[in-house]
Amino acid sequence: MIEKALKGSKGYWAWMLFLLAIMGMGGMFYVQQFNYGLGITGMSRDVSWGVYISQFTFLVGVAAGGLMLVLPYYLHNYKAFGRITILGEFMAIAAVAMCLMFIIADLGQPMRALNVLLHPTPNSMLFWDMIVLNGYLFLNILCGWVVLHSEYKGIKYPHWVKPFIYLSIPWAISIHTVTAFLYCGLPGRHFWLTAILAPRFLSSAFAAGPALLMIIALIMKRTTKFDVGEVAKSKLVTIIGYAALLNFFFLACEFFVAYYSNIPGHKHTLEYLFWGLEHHGEVYNNLVPFMRGSLAMGFVGIPLLFFSRAKKSDGLLAASCVLIFLSLWIDKGLGLVLGGFVPNPLEHITEYYPTVPEVGITAAVWATGFFILTILYKTAIGVKLEKEIG
Amino acid sequence: MEKNRRDFLKIAGLSAIAGIGAPTAFNMLLRGEVHASSEGGHVTDPHAGGGTEVKTGKRLGMVIDVKKFVENPGLAERCIAACHTIHNVPDFGNKKDEIKWLWTEKFENTFPDHSQYKRHEALDEMPILTLCNHCDQPPCVRACPTKATFKRDDGVVAMDYHRCIGCRFCMAACPYGARSFNWRDPRGKDENGNPFIKTVNPEFPTRMRGVVEKCNLCVERLAFGKIPACVEEASAVGGMFFGDLNDSNSPVSQTLLHNFTIQRKPALGTLPSLFYII
Amino acid sequence: MHNKGQILFGLAVFLVLMTFPLWYNAGNARQLPKPEKPKGYTQCVEDTQYMRTTHMKLLNDWRDNILRESGSRIGATKNGTEYLRSLQNGCMKCHASKKKFCDECHTYAAVKPYCWDCHISPKEAM
Repeated sequence: MIEKALKGSKGYWAWMLFLLAIMGMGGMFYVQQFNYGLGITGMSRDVSWGVYISQFTFLVGVAAGGLMLVLPYYLHNYKAFGRITILGEFMAIAAVAMCLMFIIADLGQPMRALNVLLHPTPNSMLFWDMIVLNGYLFLNILCGWVVLHSEYKGIKYPHWVKPFIYLSIPWAISIHTVTAFLYCGLPGRHFWLTAILAPRFLSSAFAAGPALLMIIALIMKRTTKFDVGEVAKSKLVTIIGYAALLNFFFLACEFFVAYYSNIPGHKHTLEYLFWGLEHHGEVYNNLVPFMRGSLAMGFVGIPLLFFSRAKKSDGLLAASCVLIFLSLWIDKGLGLVLGGFVPNPLEHITEYYPTVPEVGITAAVWATGFFILTILYKTAIGVKLEKEIG
Repeated sequence: MEKNRRDFLKIAGLSAIAGIGAPTAFNMLLRGEVHASSEGGHVTDPHAGGGTEVKTGKRLGMVIDVKKFVENPGLAERCIAACHTIHNVPDFGNKKDEIKWLWTEKFENTFPDHSQYKRHEALDEMPILTLCNHCDQPPCVRACPTKATFKRDDGVVAMDYHRCIGCRFCMAACPYGARSFNWRDPRGKDENGNPFIKTVNPEFPTRMRGVVEKCNLCVERLAFGKIPACVEEASAVGGMFFGDLNDSNSPVSQTLLHNFTIQRKPALGTLPSLFYII
Repeated sequence: MHNKGQILFGLAVFLVLMTFPLWYNAGNARQLPKPEKPKGYTQCVEDTQYMRTTHMKLLNDWRDNILRESGSRIGATKNGTEYLRSLQNGCMKCHASKKKFCDECHTYAAVKPYCWDCHISPKEAM
C-alpha cells in the first residue's frame, strides 16, 4: 500500500526534496545543540520552556483535532466523512510524531529519555503525557492502517478494530487534557493555574486540527483528483467555526476573571501579552503585536469562514482557515507557554527570543511532520481514488 | 490447512507477548518501585497554609534573620561565595545561562504576596537571601517524571543528577524560582579563556550540561555532622539558624519560638522549611 | 545469471564492508590492559573479580543508597579498613590516577563512561 507514496509527479518530488533539505539543515543544527547544550537556544533561567515546548503543546491539539472526524464517522455513522476520516487519523499520526520529536529536541539529556519508562512516576503529568501520546500514536496507526488496508483489499474492516477506534475517541480527549494538566496543576504560575485551561485547549484543538485538515484537503483538491466532498467540507466549517468561537469565549472569560477581580497576579501576564509591562523604567512588550494579531486574525477568520461557505468559495475558505490556524497557533504556542514565564515567580521579567539554531530545529521537526503526512496522505488518496474510480 | 496455521500464529504471538510481559510486570510490582510520595515522613494537615501537623521523623529547616544581613554588609555575599565555591557552581557571566543556588533579592521579589503598600522604608534595599525552600509538599517533586528530584526522609528536597533528563518541568513547577538549568557545559571557558568554575572543589562533583540543579542543603556536609556552609558563614553573627524543625530543642526551633517569622507564598500550601525574621 | 558483473561486484563490495572490523586492524593485536594497582593498600572495597564484574552496579547502589535512602557514607572492607563510599572521595583516593587505572580497561574495551563529565578525577583538580 505504501508503494503509492513512491510514485508521484514532479511537484510531489520537489516538495519531498524541499522537506528533506529542511530536515537536513535542522539535523545539523541539532548536532550543534547536542554538543553545546540547550544554551544555544533563546531559553533562559526564567523562561525555561520556549519554542519547542510551545510547538509541542500546539501540536498535541492538532492531533486531538482528528477526533472531530472520527467521532461523527465511527460513532454516529456520519457517512459524509467517508473520505476525510482517514486524513484526520493520519494527520494525528504526523502531529503526534512531531510532538515526540519536539520533546526529544527539548530535553537536556535526550539519551536518558527512557528514564521516564524505567522509573515510572504516576504523580508526574509528564509520565502520563508520555503514555497517552504514545498510546494515541499507536491507536491511530493501527486503526488508520487497518481500515485503509481493508479498503485497499475491497472488504469491510475486521470487527476487532472497532474497539480500538472507539477507544481512540476518549483517548483523543485525554491527550490534550493531560497536556493541559501539565500546566494547570503548577501552583507557582498564576497564568496557567486555571480550571478552564483544559477546556480552552480542547476547543482550540478542535478548531486548529480541522482547520489544518481543511487547508490540506483544499490543496489536494487542486493538486490531485481527491475531493473530500461539499457535505464534509460544510460540516467541517461548522465544527471549526464553533470550536474557534468557544475558544475566544474562554479567552474572554480569562480576561473577565483577571480584570474584574483586579488581582495583580492574575492580570500581570495578560497585561504583558496584550499591552506590555513596565518594570523599573523598561518596557517589555515583544509579544504584544503577535497577541493582538492573533485576536485580529481570529475575529476576521471566523466570520470569513462562515461567509466562505455561503459564497461557496474555496479561496475564501482556505484564507479563513489559514487565519484561524495562525491565530490559534500564536495564542497557544507563543501566548500560553511564554506568558506563563512572565513575570517569573520572583516578579522579574525576562523576555524570550528564539535563536537561529532553535528556529532551524523547529522548522526541521515541522518538515519531518509534513514529510510523514505527505507519505501517509499519498498512500491514502492513492488507495481511495483507485478503489472509487476503479 | 490455512485456517489452522493462522490460528497457530495468533496463539503463538499472544503467548510470546504474555511470556515476555508477565515476568516484567511481576518484577516491577514486587520491586515496589513506586515511591511517588513527596511527604517528608510525617502526616500533614490537609488545610494548607500552615495548620498543625502530626510530627514524626526529622524535618530540617532554616531561619534567616534578615536584619543581620543589613547590619553586616558583605555577609550575604560571603554566604553565597561559600555555597557556590564548595559546590562548584559555575558563573557564566550572563543572566540567560545563570546558575545560582543562593542569591539575594529585594523584599518585593522574595515576598511578592505580601503587601508593598506603605511599606516601612527599612525594607527598601534590604538584601533577602533567597534559596530553595525544601518544601514539605514540593510541587517540583510532584512534577518530576523520573523521580530525579525527590524528598528525603529528613526533609531535604534532593536531586539525582544521574537520572535527570533535563525536561525542566521542575523549573516550571517551582513557585519560588529556586532552580537553575545547565544550559551549557559548566566546565567550559568563556571567550577570554577563563573557566566558569573559578576554583574547583575536588571533593564535590560538578554537574554536566543538560541537568537542573539547586541548593541541596549541603547534604554532603550534613552526613558528617556539619551544618550548611551558608549557615556556618552567618552563624558568627546569628544571621542564620539551622536544625530539625521537629526537635523543639534545635537552634531553629528555639529561634522560631521566640521570633515572629514569615514564609514565602504561604497560600500555595507548599509548607516551606525556610523562615525569615524580618 | 543476469547482470552477473554488477551482482558480483556489489557482492564483493558488501563482503569487504561487512568484514571491515576483521581485516582493518589485522596484525595490531592490542596489549591487554594493565591497570596500575595503588601502592600501599592491600585491600580494596571488594575482591578484584567482583569489582571487575560489578563495579558499575556497586557505584549505582552506593549512589541510590546514600542519596535516596540516607545511607551511610562510610563503608568498611573485609579486614575492617574504613573508606568513603564515593567515587571521587573514596575510590580515587587509593586509585589515584584515572588514566593509569580506570582508562586502561575502559579504553581497551572501547567504553566511555560519562562519570567524569561531573565527577572530578584526581589529576584534574586545579
